[in-house]
Amino acid sequence: MTYRLTDEHLELRAVVRELAEERIAPRAAEIDAKAEFPWDLKELLAKQDLLGTAFPTAYGGTELDGIGQAIVVEEIARADATTSLIPIVQKLASLPILLAGNEEQKARYLPRLASGDWLIAFGLSEASAGSDVAAMRTRARRDGDDYLLNGSKRFITHGSIANVVIIFALTDVAAGGRKGSSAFIVETDTPGFSAPRTEHKMGIRGSPTAELNLDEVRVPASNRLGEEGEGFRIAMATLDRSRVSIAAQAVGIAQGATDFALGYAAQRDQFGKPVAQLQGIQFMLADMASQTEAARQLTYAAAAAVDAGAPDLAYLTSSAKLVAGDTAMRVTTDAVQVLGGYGFISEYPVERMMRDAKITQLYEGTQQIQRLVIARQLLQRAGVRRSAPR
Amino acid sequence: MKIVVCIKQVPATTADKRYTSDLRLDRAAAESVINPLDEYAIEQALRLRESGAVESVGYLSMGPEGAAEALRRALAMGGDDAWLVTDQGLAGSDAWATARVLATALDRLAPDVALMGMASDDARGSLVPGAVAALRGLPLLSYGSELTVKGETARIRRLTATGFDIVEAPLPVVASVTDQVGEPRYASLKGIMAARRKPMETWSLADLGLNADELHGAALTRVIEARKPEAKPPTERIENVSPDEAATRIADRLAAWKLI
Repeated sequence: MTYRLTDEHLELRAVVRELAEERIAPRAAEIDAKAEFPWDLKELLAKQDLLGTAFPTAYGGTELDGIGQAIVVEEIARADATTSLIPIVQKLASLPILLAGNEEQKARYLPRLASGDWLIAFGLSEASAGSDVAAMRTRARRDGDDYLLNGSKRFITHGSIANVVIIFALTDVAAGGRKGSSAFIVETDTPGFSAPRTEHKMGIRGSPTAELNLDEVRVPASNRLGEEGEGFRIAMATLDRSRVSIAAQAVGIAQGATDFALGYAAQRDQFGKPVAQLQGIQFMLADMASQTEAARQLTYAAAAAVDAGAPDLAYLTSSAKLVAGDTAMRVTTDAVQVLGGYGFISEYPVERMMRDAKITQLYEGTQQIQRLVIARQLLQRAGVRRSAPR
Repeated sequence: MKIVVCIKQVPATTADKRYTSDLRLDRAAAESVINPLDEYAIEQALRLRESGAVESVGYLSMGPEGAAEALRRALAMGGDDAWLVTDQGLAGSDAWATARVLATALDRLAPDVALMGMASDDARGSLVPGAVAALRGLPLLSYGSELTVKGETARIRRLTATGFDIVEAPLPVVASVTDQVGEPRYASLKGIMAARRKPMETWSLADLGLNADELHGAALTRVIEARKPEAKPPTERIENVSPDEAATRIADRLAAWKLI
């Protein structure tokens, strides 16, 4: 996949970096310590049009290309991973509407989401249906012009603060999740919808990860996305595209840790000189920088593949997420090492970055699921038949 | 009612500044930004436009071709149009030469208010607003913490050691404002995209009917030396000792300096 960074991309990076350094980075430690959603920063990002980058201009978005969207996420994540999830999830959960919504659904929901007036969440995972998405149990029973939704969802980012959630539910229990699920746009003020609990987490602590309960939630049939039975396909098409955002987030976290470690090493004197003069530290910094750069370039290639609608885009998006997530974990761990004991305490941001990095290896498909997606493409190219999923 | 904000592209405050062999700042070597003090002038102008007091806000800069980037960034914050005066013959201009060029360009643009930051971050001469006003024969309202325009007059509020002055003058005026006008806004993404379509015109010295020899002949200052500040003696650090021990050592040191 070929791509090129334009002057507009560079300008975008400079502008978002300035905003992130001046307004987001100073809040990051507090957001983490208090585990509170940064409403002020959500307003700031909305005001600067940074929540609408994935939305068409016709619906009030700014319709950046994939690389532009990745740059925005990357620069925010470089300052604070929690805050970067605001544009990430806004895109993730809007993708089902963008990909499968009809004109009426788009006109009703996309403008409010592009402006950031409304937040949206993606309700796919369940307590017993994580990587095995098809094991979902939430049901949607047809009732006249409506559906009645029952069940529960778990690990839903922004689930407790969103105005609207995309809920995946079985419309044909016998057919199972793969063939018998459908996607619904559910407004969270609908009776029977609740978010009884949020998780206590290791990282991205300011981002509420909610359990959702659906008890006879009445959703008009006009809020079903696509046809009955298309839920799984919509979910997979969404994740194949949204994973680039997680790769970009991971790159941003890694870059933030690299930059901080470099600055620290240049200042910290041991044995009569800055530790940055020690070759052992230099090797670590060089590895951190070059690995982050490699992950970034793969992420941009994946973003360009999504824009181009490449038939094997999942191969690149999964590769980008796999490489970037592992890079973020390794680089942040090394950043803590460069800071020594100071890296381990909350006075410095790298321990937070290390905790935040871990989630990029887990959500929107674990690293193991990414490998399965990549392998599936490899085998397909080689003409090897796969055993059918159970 | 039209305001033209004069902005200067300067090296970023944090950038490592270098000088060319003829003692001019090497502008190509450092990351450049809009002079931070000019951002307050931009903010003031945009607030007046939003309040309906003025109809249009334009930007004028004199500098190398790359200064177009600063104008584009200003347009991303808001405003309507921009002019860049750029010419090989302008390299090394002093405050006086700069003021002459800006004054000539402003005569052509004829704004009701020519607005500037109180100083530039790199030179810090604070001479240009006054010189432009003098050259154009217009009133100068300097160091405003707020600018207002109403009817045929402009007015600034200027903080003083004991309170504030209100200074008023009939339009057109040249004015400068301080960092008290309010925090400059960030360019929004839509603002950045819109700025790419806003008109920007480039003028050479010849376009303004000026010539380089005359400008340099008129230069009133010359840089004779540029050097880094002298390095401070190494800082003595008291680390990895108990608080009692640290306090004793600090007290001993202060006593040795006869400060306590």
